[in-house]
Formats: sequence, C-alpha cells, structure tokens
Amino acid sequence: MTPAPWFGRRAKAARKTARQSVDALPDGLWTKCPQCSEILFNKELLKNMRVCNKCGYHYILGAAERIESIVDDGAFEEMDANLATVNVLEFDEYEPKLAKWRAKTGMEEAIITGVGEIDGRSVVLGVLDFHFWAGTMGGVVGERVVRAMEFAIQNDMPVIMFIASGGIRVTEGLPGLMQMAKTSAACAKLHEAGIPYIVVLTDNSLAGVLASYGSLGDFTISEPGLLTGLTADRVAKQAQVVNVPDNFRRAEFALQNGHIDRIVPRKDLKPTLIKLLAFCREQEDNEDAA
Amino acid sequence: MPPSWNILDFEKPIAELDEQIAEIKRLTAESGEDRTEDILALETDRDRLIEQIFANLSAWDKTLLARHPKRPYTLDYVRTIFDDYTELHGDRLFADDPAMVGGIATLDHRQVMFVGQQKGRDIKERGYRNFGSAKPEGYRKALRLMKLAEKFHRPVICFVDTPAADVNVGAEQRGISGAIARNMMEMATLKTPVVVVVIGEGGSGGAIGIALGDRVLMLEHSIYAVIPPEGFAAIVWKDAARGKDGAEVMKVTSEGGRELGLVDEVVKEPLGGAHRNMDLAARNLKAALVKHIDELLEVPIPELLDTRYKKFRGMGAYSEKMI
Ligand SMILES: [Zn+2]
Repeated sequence: MTPAPWFGRRAKAARKTARQSVDALPDGLWTKCPQCSEILFNKELLKNMRVCNKCGYHYILGAAERIESIVDDGAFEEMDANLATVNVLEFDEYEPKLAKWRAKTGMEEAIITGVGEIDGRSVVLGVLDFHFWAGTMGGVVGERVVRAMEFAIQNDMPVIMFIASGGIRVTEGLPGLMQMAKTSAACAKLHEAGIPYIVVLTDNSLAGVLASYGSLGDFTISEPGLLTGLTADRVAKQAQVVNVPDNFRRAEFALQNGHIDRIVPRKDLKPTLIKLLAFCREQEDNEDAA
Repeated sequence: MPPSWNILDFEKPIAELDEQIAEIKRLTAESGEDRTEDILALETDRDRLIEQIFANLSAWDKTLLARHPKRPYTLDYVRTIFDDYTELHGDRLFADDPAMVGGIATLDHRQVMFVGQQKGRDIKERGYRNFGSAKPEGYRKALRLMKLAEKFHRPVICFVDTPAADVNVGAEQRGISGAIARNMMEMATLKTPVVVVVIGEGGSGGAIGIALGDRVLMLEHSIYAVIPPEGFAAIVWKDAARGKDGAEVMKVTSEGGRELGLVDEVVKEPLGGAHRNMDLAARNLKAALVKHIDELLEVPIPELLDTRYKKFRGMGAYSEKMI
C-alpha cells in the first residue's frame, strides 16, 4: 500500500472535479429532477446530498463526494493510487477511451480505495465512481479491491465497498472477466479472517461487479430506487413472462426477493454503517477478552 | 430446414468432398467394384483441404465452431469419457436445473464429481436445457455437488458450455448474481482438486460461475469471453453486426486464452473440429483430464489452495507507477 493523504494534490483535484460536476448541472443554478421533474436549486440539492427533496430521487454520487459524505471530517487516506491502467488486449481504441474518461472526470480509474475514519474507527473503503467509464471493473479496479481487502486482513479493519458499476470493462476482455474470480477469492480470505465486510449498493449495481464482490458481504444495504441485476434490461425478453414486476431490477425488487438487508436513504447511510460496524466491533471485543 | 443448416460456410467445400466420398462408397457397395484407391485419394485431398481451411480460421470462425449445431455437448463427452456416471439432481432449495448437470462419475479407477452446463440438440431439448443458460438453482446445484466432493475428498471436473447465465425474471428473483458470486468464493477455497474445461462457449459470468479451478483448459475450438462478440460490438461500436471484429479484439479463441496467460492447456481437437470425430475428441480430453487430476491429487491441500488463490490473484493487468 502507498497511502496518499486525502488532502494532497490528487485529493484536491478530485474535490475540484466534484465541484465542477456540480457546476455542470444544467443552467448552473437549477436542476430538473429526472424522476418528478421538480425544479431543484442546486445549492439545496447539494445540501441534501444530491437527493431530490420532493420525490427522494437519489442522484449518482461521485467517489470523492461519497467518501466525503461517509468519513469523519475528510479523514481519508487513499491507497494504491500508483496502480495504473494497462491496455491488456492491445486494442487500439482503448487508450483514447481511457483518455476521454480521465478528461471527463479528472480521475485516473473507476475506484478509489483507502482507509477512512467512520465514527472514530478506521475502516477500509472502496468506492466506485459511475461517472468514470460507468464504474467498470478492469485490472486496476480488481487489484485495488483485492489489495484493500488484504490490507484490511493484515490490519484487522472492517471493509466497506460501495458499488456503482455497469459491470466488467469489456474492452479488457477475459482478463477483465477474471476480476470476478479474483475479487471473489479475496472475499473468501476476508471471511476466513473474520473481517466484517459491508456492501453498499448505489446506482448502478450491475453485472460482473454485482455478481462477484458486490454480492459477498456480511451485510448488504442499498440506496433506494437504484438499478441492480445481472443485466440492465428492465424489460424481460422471455415471451412467457406476462407479469414483469414494475420494480424489476430496482433496489425494491432486490429487497422483496431477499437479496439485500435493507434499503437505506442516503442521509441515513452513515448512521446505519456505524450501527453495523458497532455490531461487528462487539464480537472483536469478546475475542480480545477471551 | 435445408440440408446445409448445420454446415458452416467455411465447411461447405469440405462437406462437398465428404458427399462425393460417401457417394462413391455407396456406389461401390452396390456394384461391388473396388474403388478403395479413389476413396483414399479423395480423403487425402479432403484432409489437406481441412488443414488449409483450419489454418486460416478467424476468431469469428472459431466462435461459429464453438457454437456449431453438431458440436459435442457436455453429456456427449460424459458418456464417452467416464466409465460410469450417475446424475444427481436439484439444489435442495428450489428446483432442478436441466441447463446444469452433474453427478458422480468414474474416470478409469478414479471417483470424481462432475458438473457442467448442458445445451440441447433439437428444438425441444434446447428449450428444456434453456440453451445452456443456467439459473440460480443450477449454480447452487453445482456448488452443492462440489461441496460433496470436498467432503469425500474427490476431485471435481467442470465442463463449461454456456452462452451466458439466465437473466430472466425468475433468475433475478432467485438471485442469479449472488449464486455466481458465491460459487466463485466457495470454489476459491474448495479443499479438493478442481479441473475446468471450456468445451464450447465460455460465456461471461455464466462461465466463471463454475470455472475457478486449479487448472483451466480449453478445447482447441472453444471460445472464452467476457461478453459474446456481438455484445462487445454493440457496446463498443453500437453495431452488433461487427461481431467478427469483436471476436478478434477480445481474443476469444483458445490461442487467445493462452496468449493472455489465463488458460493452462489447450486440448487438441480432431481435424476439422470435435464434431467430425467425437470419439477422438473425447479420448484427447480424457487423456488431459487424467493427466491433470493425477498431478493435482499429489499436491497437499494447503499447497493446492495456496496455488489456486495465487493463480487467480495474479490475473488482470495493471502497472505500478513510481510516485
Ligand atoms: Zn424528484
């Protein structure tokens, strides 16, 4: 691990990007809610953690904003920032695409991992950013996830993974697919070591990321309304299914069918995480006593 | 259906020679005339033609071969490779999934657990087997059988042949993503040898859900990919018709898998593909299975698991910049 202070140069860049994306909202001052069409004052929207105060629609949060919303007073140190993307298929359209996403977001890759403080407790965090290449998992994302988990095992810290991904980055081909196996194997190690592992599903939680480390938490909580499933299609293709549920592949569908523990609105996310972490801590204290 | 529905375009010249040879044999049988030499000459020509054609197949041609309607499917190999196979059904939770088969088998004197996806040959069976797309109950059945193998210290053999996992409403309701994820996690620490063979289509998460093993083999003309080539083309170029280019870029072939360092061995297929000589294809595969299983049975379990973890831990590309 190579810790980089969150308030360092990279962090500044990330926070700047977060601000820019706010500035980039339509008309600068106002935003129209995509769900209820309410006109929202951007400053209010930001104060409300980017949740529509009329209908509760949860806008997608970038990784930097997410981390700031979860850790105590910006207490976060990034790790493995030095891992860099490789065009593993030697596909001539890969580098231009990568450059485009970097320019668009100011990020180098789709995930930020590191150690943050939550309610005074050190926690290993992995936060995908859907704005960067749809949060797709390739070699760097997979490696950062696994290193974060290994760091948590070595240092006996809980792990919280925020999912925001369209799945595997297909332009990384079979090595990309193998990130599913690689991260799932790391989850096995995590559980063997008795490390608490919390998964937070955010919009979108799909495909190969959901079907690997995104489904292997001790606790799985989800923001409301988000899209989640092995694919993104909300219209079932099979002819014999007449009744596709209205909430098909939404968080509410996942809850109803037993795949997640709770749906938690954004403002309650940190308090909920603190409760779950406290439950896990007690067990550790008992072990210490024994 | 036209008679050539199950002949690929690049196979047509081969099929024509096959037909000529068959015709001469038929005439010979009727007339009693000896034309052995003619037949041998034609067969030599045909084999040379096959060699030529197969030396120049594109990744897309290989994709078509992997999906060939005459290609041997899982149970075709099972019947030939194992002396005995007793199928076991059900996930004990919801249902039995005909797209994922499994059971106890004997490989010569070795007791093994077998699991694999099963495609259907005719229209009726295709529906029954859901085109080889397993549902959560299929992945859970596979895991149940693998855990039995672990309990009784028997090696596991997995045959992969699926376009993708099932993603319909029922599969999502019953947690297809979680089922695939759990399988990989459990297979990473399964305390018994696991040999995986991609025999046809290694389709994405549907494949990897039973493909985390100590050895990963591919049949020569199988494919293994993160997404079908058509899907890749649709995402990257917004043009599903460019599947040919997608197959090339993704290196979906067994050679590609070797080149990317993700496949341990490519098992040779008979000249012209497994469907031209099913028995030989099965013999080759059996020899490879015996070799790998016997090697793995010699390895102490802690070392086996450590090696397996490191194998998958090391997959994927990144570089480390100096800061
Ligand atoms: Zn709204």
